[in-house]
Amino acid sequence: MWQALYEELRGRNFVVIAVALDKSPDDARPWIEKAAPTYPALIDTQHVVADLYNIVNVPTALWIDERGRIVRPNDVVFGTDTFKHITQLESARPLAAVRAWARGEATGFAASEARALQTLPTALDQQARAEFGLAEWLARQGRADAAERHFVRAGELAPHDFTIRRGSMPIRGIDPMGPQFREMIQAWGAAGRPYYRPLPDTRG
Amino acid sequence: MDGPRASITSSSPYGHGGNAMFTLIEPDRTRDVAARVEAGRVLLSADALREDLGWELHEGTLCNESMCVPLPAGSRLGEGGVFDLGEVAATLDRPLAVDVDAGAAFLGTSAGERAQALGSLVAPDFTLPDLAGQPHTLSSYRGTKVFLVAWASW
Repeated sequence: MWQALYEELRGRNFVVIAVALDKSPDDARPWIEKAAPTYPALIDTQHVVADLYNIVNVPTALWIDERGRIVRPNDVVFGTDTFKHITQLESARPLAAVRAWARGEATGFAASEARALQTLPTALDQQARAEFGLAEWLARQGRADAAERHFVRAGELAPHDFTIRRGSMPIRGIDPMGPQFREMIQAWGAAGRPYYRPLPDTRG
Repeated sequence: MDGPRASITSSSPYGHGGNAMFTLIEPDRTRDVAARVEAGRVLLSADALREDLGWELHEGTLCNESMCVPLPAGSRLGEGGVFDLGEVAATLDRPLAVDVDAGAAFLGTSAGERAQALGSLVAPDFTLPDLAGQPHTLSSYRGTKVFLVAWASW
């Protein structure tokens, strides 16, 4: 999905690192094999990166500069317009911004701006991640009933965290595109809450 | 090894019968800890706390090899040589998810620690495998602009 962007910009001292928040390498494999990436396409079954970066949905992208500093915090960036009819989000503008940054035609955010745009985790977010971590471990031990209790609890603690609520569905044998997902997203929308939360479009 | 363990006798809260192994999971490691479950609480001995978790209580302060955390006022942590895992987690301000029936708990990372790290804008480092199992570390891309994107098949 990001291969074209990477190919275009790799000569600019730029790399894409893709992290799949999937229950197993095999869940992500067909997508990765189809994309045939030459950038690192990593598998994060235990949501390590979601915990470190307070990622609550996918796709989420960040810009990290040459010094290892976050210069654009968590944002919704789609690689294509495949889901535009559902998401109402276009890929062109965020991708143009990435290109401009990679080419040195635009800078990322200054530290104060970047901080102002960050959403930091709360104690409830972290409690939800602990419940998810326990559930994920229990599921791997084949203790589906015990796992289910903690997946449910995690979702209750952080209802906005779809890496938990939707991301746990394949582990629990629930179709993540099926009726339970649609019910969940409809209830969320009816409560006036957005499923995707892109950054305010301050930098193109 | 014999010394401190041997001091736990059948008259102590960790006597035979009540003793069990509890699996404690942290983001970076998983291990079995000697514990006793009572009324939904997971109780550890000072030995287990030190040897399995790396924490020790010193004059009202909980310390590991890199830091010390003072107990909150009125804390009864460690009274009678008993350490409630839930109270340990609360003292460290870390989230704890427990399943006593399954004999497992997950001790997570505090919101404060995560918020401080993210607020510093230094990208938190991680190492994850690709499909071939080859590990990749974010910090090894220092000197390169990184477009980090989380996605999923769901």
